[in-house]
Order: sequence, then C-alpha cells, then structure tokens
Amino acid sequence: MSLKKHVKLGLSALALSISFNSVAAEDPIKVGILHSLSGTMAISETVLKDTVEMLIEQQNAKGGVLGRQLEAVVVDPASNWPLFAEKARELLAQEKVDVIFGNWTSVSRKSVLPVVEELNGLLFYPVQYEGEESSENVFYTGAAPNQQAIPAVNYLMNNIGVERWVLAGTDYVYPRTTNKILETYLMDMGVAKEDIMINYTPFGHSDWQNIVSDIKRFGSAGKKTAVVSTINGDANVPFYRELGNQGIAASDIPVVAFSVGEQELSGIDTGPLVGHLAAWNYFMSVDNDANYDFIDAWVEYTGQEDAVTNDPMEAHYIGFNMYVEAVKKAGTTDVDAVKDAIIGVTVPNLTGGYAAMMPNHHITKPVLIGEIQDNGQFSVVWETSGLVAGDAWSDFLPGSRDIIADWRKPMFCGTFNTVTGKCGASAGEMAAEAE
Amino acid sequence: MSIIRSLTLLFIALISLLSLPATAQENDPGRALLINLAEAPASKVEEAVNAIVSSGDKRARGWLEAYGNNRLSRIKDTGQVVLVLNNRGRDWEIADPLTGENMGEMSRRELDRVAINNRIRGQLEGILAMLDLNAADPDVREASAQDMMGKVDASLVEPLEAQLEREENASVRNRIEEALAIYRVSEGNPEAIDVLAGSLHPRARAALNDAVRGDDPALADRATKALESIEQKLKLNRAAETLYFGLSLGSVLVLAAIGLAITFGVMGVINMAHGELIMLGAYTTWGMQQLLPGQPGLALILSIPAGFMVAATAGIIIERSVIQHLKGRPLETLLATFGISLILQQLVRTVISPQNRTVVTPDWMSGSLVINDALSLTLNRLYVLAFALIVFAALMLIMRKTRLGLEVRAVTQNRAMARSMGIRATRVDIMTFALGSGVAGLAGVALSQLTNVGPNLGQNYIIDSFMVVVFGGVGNLWGTLIAGLSLGTINQLLEPWAGAVLAKIIVLVFIILFIQKRPKGLFPQKGRAAEG
Repeated sequence: MSLKKHVKLGLSALALSISFNSVAAEDPIKVGILHSLSGTMAISETVLKDTVEMLIEQQNAKGGVLGRQLEAVVVDPASNWPLFAEKARELLAQEKVDVIFGNWTSVSRKSVLPVVEELNGLLFYPVQYEGEESSENVFYTGAAPNQQAIPAVNYLMNNIGVERWVLAGTDYVYPRTTNKILETYLMDMGVAKEDIMINYTPFGHSDWQNIVSDIKRFGSAGKKTAVVSTINGDANVPFYRELGNQGIAASDIPVVAFSVGEQELSGIDTGPLVGHLAAWNYFMSVDNDANYDFIDAWVEYTGQEDAVTNDPMEAHYIGFNMYVEAVKKAGTTDVDAVKDAIIGVTVPNLTGGYAAMMPNHHITKPVLIGEIQDNGQFSVVWETSGLVAGDAWSDFLPGSRDIIADWRKPMFCGTFNTVTGKCGASAGEMAAEAE
Repeated sequence: MSIIRSLTLLFIALISLLSLPATAQENDPGRALLINLAEAPASKVEEAVNAIVSSGDKRARGWLEAYGNNRLSRIKDTGQVVLVLNNRGRDWEIADPLTGENMGEMSRRELDRVAINNRIRGQLEGILAMLDLNAADPDVREASAQDMMGKVDASLVEPLEAQLEREENASVRNRIEEALAIYRVSEGNPEAIDVLAGSLHPRARAALNDAVRGDDPALADRATKALESIEQKLKLNRAAETLYFGLSLGSVLVLAAIGLAITFGVMGVINMAHGELIMLGAYTTWGMQQLLPGQPGLALILSIPAGFMVAATAGIIIERSVIQHLKGRPLETLLATFGISLILQQLVRTVISPQNRTVVTPDWMSGSLVINDALSLTLNRLYVLAFALIVFAALMLIMRKTRLGLEVRAVTQNRAMARSMGIRATRVDIMTFALGSGVAGLAGVALSQLTNVGPNLGQNYIIDSFMVVVFGGVGNLWGTLIAGLSLGTINQLLEPWAGAVLAKIIVLVFIILFIQKRPKGLFPQKGRAAEG
C-alpha cells in the first residue's frame, strides 16, 4: 500500500469518526418529570416519577429515540400548587426539556396550564380527572368522566339494579364536577332527587362514623343502594375501615370508587372489603402478558417483591410510548411537529388492546369494573365491549354540551362552540382567569 | 331464583350425607363439578353452583367458600381446578381442592382465576347461612338466621318453617320468624307486619317501606303504623349513637392533645412537632407488627410501652438539642419545632417510604359490639375510648401522687423559688418533655388503629390538639379531658345537620368566640403564679 493510500484511508477514517462523534455528541432528549416527591401528594406521585424513570431506562437500553438517548430531569413541586407552575417554568425555560410528564391533582394541572401554553411545552397528564378542559399543549392519558364515572354508574344500574345513590366525595373540584355530571345524568335517567344523597368531606378526613351510619340509614329505604365514591387519597383508609366495622357488606351496599387503586389498598386490611368496586382503565390483576412483563420490570426496578402497579402508571406507560412514536413519526422533537404527529398515534396498552390519541388530546381506553379481593387486588367483573374515546367536554352539563375540542388544522381549538361557531378562550387563559 | 330452590335439596342431602364415608379418590365426581363451575359462562354459573350443592358432597361447603373468596383458579395448561392458599405476590401457593394436598407454588401467569361477582357472592352467602342453621352453637345459628333476612324466597319458606319447629332457642326462633315475615310482607301478608312492628333491622324497615309504596292500601296503612312505632325507637337509638360517636371522636382529641397539655401547659413550650411524635408512636406499632408477623394483637399490646419509649426518647433529643436553648422565647421555639416537624416527616418519607403502611387491626378490635339492630358500637373506637380514659387517669396519678408530679407543679408555679428549694429544674424540664412526648407516642399507637399510618399522620392532629388545649385551659388536664370530649360531641351533633366540612368550621368559629370571652379557656389556672 502506498503512502498516499495510507493517508487517504487515515483521513477518511478520521472523517468517519468525526461524523460518529457528532451523532454521539448530539444532545439527549430531555424528559421533565413534574411530580411531588414530598408533601401530601408524595404518596401517589413518587411512584409515577419512578415509572417514567424506568421507562426512560428501558427506552435507552433499546437505543433511545432517533439515535438520541433520553435523559430525565426531575424536579420536586412538593405538593404545593403554585410551585408546580414555577417548576414547570424552570423545566421549560431553563432546562429546555422537550416534554414533561407530570401532575396529579387538578388544581396543580390548572396552575401549570398557563405556563405550558405560554412557553409552548408538551405535558402528559396521567390521572383520571373531571374533564371540561382541552389544551393544545396537554395530552390527557387518564380517564375523562365518560371513561370512568358514566360507565360505572351504568353498570350499577343495569347489572346490580341500583335505584338509590350516595355520591360521596372529597371537597374539591374533581368530585364536585364529577358529581354534578352524575347528578344530571342520574336525573336524566329518571332517578328522583330524594334518591340521591350527596356528601362532601375535607381532605384527609378520618372520622367517618356519622357519615357511614347515615349511608346505612339511607340504604334501608327498601331500594337497592350504592355509594359512588370520589373520596381521594388518605381519607379512603379510615372510610373503608369504618365500612367494615359497621358491617356494610358489598352485597348490601356496594361502594364503587374512582380514586382507589392498588396503591391505596396496600394501606388497608382488605378482608372486610371483598366485593366493593372500583372503576378504572387498568388493574394490576389484568391477565395479559404485556402486563405481567410490566409488573416484573417494575418489581425488578423497585427491588420490592410486593410493589404494586396502578392505573396512572399505565397512563404514563401509554403516554410515554405515544411520545416516542410521535417523535419517530415527526423525525424531530420540535414541539409543533410532535403535536401534529401525535394525533392518531396508536400504541398498545397493558390490558391487551390499543390506545389511540384523539384530536381532542384525550385517548381511547377500555373501562373496567373490578371487585376488591382479599389480597388487595381487583378482579375484573365487567368491561366495556370496545374502547371508549375520552370526551373533553361532558354531554351532561349545560354549557358544555355544545363545545368540542379538535386540535387538527384548520379548527385547532379546544373550546369550539358548535352553536355559535366560535372558538373560546384557551384552557390556560381560563385557568389563569379563574385564579 | 333457581339457586335457592336447590337449597332444599342440599338441606336434605346434607342431613343424610353427614355420616357417609369420604368419596373414593379415583373418578372423583368433585373434579367434574369444579371444572363445570370453572367453565360455566356467566349465565350458567348458577346451574354449576346448584350442581355442587345438590351433589351433597361433604367438601361442597369448602369449595363454595373458596369460590366466594376468589380462591379458586385453574391451571392454564392442564385445566385442573386448584385452591389458592396464598394469593399475594407473583407466585401463588396452591392446593388440590379434592384432597386438600398442598401443591406448592405456581406463577400467577400460569393460573386463571375462576371469576365471581357480587350477585353470585350474595347468593353463596345465603347458601352458607342456610347450612349454618344446623350448627350446634346457637350464636352461629342466630347469625346465620340474621344473614337470611331479606334473602328468603318461596322455595325457602318450607325448610325454614321446618327449622322453626325444631329450633328451641328463643332468639334464633325470633330471627327466623322475622326473616320469614320479611318475605311474607313482600307477598302482601298483613299479619306478617305485626311480627316486624318492633324490629329495628334495616331489612325489616326496607320491607315495610316497600309495602307503604305498594298498591295495597290496607297493607300500606298497616305498614305505615308499624313504621311509625319503629321510627320512635330509632330516634332514641340515634341519639345514643350520636353520643357514642361524639365521645369516641372526643377521646381521640383527648389522646392527641393530652401530651401537648403537659408540654405546652406545664412548660409553656409550643411544640409544633407534637404531631410527628404521635406519628412516631404509630410507626412503632407498624414496626412491632413487622417484627411479630401473624400476631397483630400481641404486637399492638407491646407497642404501648414501645411507642411510649420511642416518642419519649425523641422528645428528650428534641428538648436537649433545640428547646433548651430557646427557653423563654416562645416564637422562636414555635419556628424551630415547626422545622423539626418537617424534618421528621421527610425523614420518614426518605427512610421508610412516602406510602402509607398497613397496620393490621387484631380480630378482637374489628367489627362492632351489637346492642340491638339499630345500635352497634364499633369495637376499635370503644377500645380507643377506654384507652384514652386509662391514659388520662394514669397521668392524673403521676401529676398528683408522685414526686415528679409535685416537682413539675412546683417548677410550673415558680421556677426560681422551686430551684432555690433544691429542685433541679432542668431535670424536671427533661422529664416533663419526655412524659408529654411519650403520651403523644401512646396516642400514635391508638390512632394507628383508626387512621392512616403515613408521614402526614401528625399534621392532621396538630391543630386539633392545640384547639383542645387552648379551649380547655392551658395546663389543666381536666380541662383537656372535658374540652376534648365536648368538642368531639359538638362536632358529631353538628355533622348530620351541617356536613363534615361546615361542622369543623363551626366548631373553630365557636372556639374563636369562646376564647374572646374567656381567654384562659374553660378552666383557667388560679393563683398568683398563673397571673404572672
């Protein structure tokens, strides 16, 4: 080989290594995680932070996305709602993250809405919520009311024959809005006003004696009675304990809960609660290989043999995979391109079906009704025959009926009024105004 | 309901079968019965259960109970039906339902649960109750007769009447008669209403309510009268129940506040970390139960001294490291202990977990003490009420009868004078703080049986505690007791009328107004020292 050839080879090798270097040196995709790791909500949100970190680790092991690795940027908004907005701003403006996974409570979501809209970020929100919202920058991977509350009530009415209803909730926006929707819906279905009892309790309520005995009395009027519970968080443990002690069995007065998952049950002795119900889009007990693989990975990741999975974790699983698919489809992490690309993206869920991103930024989900078992898990007793598309604006609230959300051009609006033909204020503007 | 019809069959079969020898293992007919149950589609489950019931197999009861408890599964590969002994975690322990032989562990993935829902579970409860009507123990018979209430239908009337004739125990007879009467009222039998007239059972009332709404005016009239007399009785029971609720809530307030009454009242230290000392007591209970798995009762009893010691030790550390340096500066103490409370909370989150921990309630503390059908006192609250009174009495004894109590009172009255009399005030401070903290730990042990054991436990009680201490009169143990019990009762009286949220607010407003009128609380301390 001549010297010339040697030089040529060396130069091309050098060029090749430089071009390799430039690919490797390309910045990682930054994934912001906005979940409370301290304060009241830490109980629910820390596992979601871990979930996203696990998903990032798995994706990186597969080679990342578009040849780029993913990198988690974790902040702690400490269950402090205004701090959520500040941390979201920090993630978007300083850390320049490409996407955020985060929030649990509705009030925290409302507080970050103006920020993600102003700075044009992407937020994947994994928790079931009260609906009445659609933002161009937010993807709602939890259930809307028509994907949880309405099918659950239908199940009780049609399969159990319930005629008398207790709507019990924690005193804040999600239960109040959900109960308003349910009350209208039940009355539309011919339930008399005196057959609906509505009760609210403060966050962390622990003294349930009076309310449970009221429920017992309300249920002895001769009509089949059920409790629809939108009680949130810690308060559920003493509530269920009191139900058990006052001898309310599921075969007498079933309780169907919208906020009680495996995580919450892991703090209760579930023996006396067998048969009480919950409505979700995922249960850890779902008999499906994708689910078992997810559980195994989760157990390994946490290092705890008794670690449980729950519905919001599945929502992050779906949201994360949708984001990955959308980035691949768009060929870039540019926010506007991803926003366009993600509508219509379909990924597997953990219950053996698929989730698709709808034009209103909500997804399709199956609705499952599960009964509590003595091992703290749910057994599925009923599920919708197909997938239900999330409805951003409820059909059962006056003023909301006529509004639709569609984030495809040319409409590109979350509050389009089909009667007036006008597009209203954005979700962020409405949230800022409400403050 | 075909399932109930077959009860009659089961009934006869069971009596005749009780003396038969066990079925031979080969060609066990049970195998087919179980597979039939496992394979039945939703509409055929009743038939499959019927088949098991009418087979008269001795093991039927066990199978049905396991089925009702979600403990029947199938091995996916072989189709064999197995009994799940332990269904926690990813590997389940299984046994052969035919022989009872343990089959070891199997992955959850390999098993298919035999599905059951509430409707079938309700029917199973009826069947099992019917079986128990033959039990030797009259209490079991009475309980099962009670379970039959509202579940009787046409096919059950005859066997129940036969049972009634055999039955000698008066209260079991009453129960069966009531159960039959509920069915007869629904069939439009007016005489049956008289049987139900005195009954406080919710099912009886439900049946009467149905009759009032029914088409038969004569029946409706009679039912209305019966209901009126029941309502009268219910009112009395309701009042007793509210009083009990009030006292039990009050006892929780007393327990949470009484440790604070000592540190705040006696030492004048505003300890914002008091709630976290309560939390430590609750976590001690959890820890004890981890150390003694399977013995929640013993663990709970041992937690009482352990919780006291843990919280008292923490109290001493807080006193020595922070509070003693801030003596006489209440605002700074408040801020510093608030900081400590946040540190302790986050420490628990980091070291143990942000999740709540499961504390098991021992059997003797679950359920309720049934006074009558309309009035039952939940046992866990009853124990907490008794515990609060015992703790209170013990503290009174310590303060009145021991040297420590005497010294504490002396230091409280006049520190300088007490010191010059030879009392070591610093030592008294440490002991007082340790005592107050230890009592907080005891409160935590009790609260672990009522509410969540989690990092936020203490936060929920700190405001209530201060409310009770200030209302009762600072430094007065009797005041704390009276204030706690009366605030609990006021809250529970208001709650049915105003709702839980408003009731809490009204109580707070009431206290604000009260403190305006009497700034020193219900029982102000008297004497010159208190004026200074």
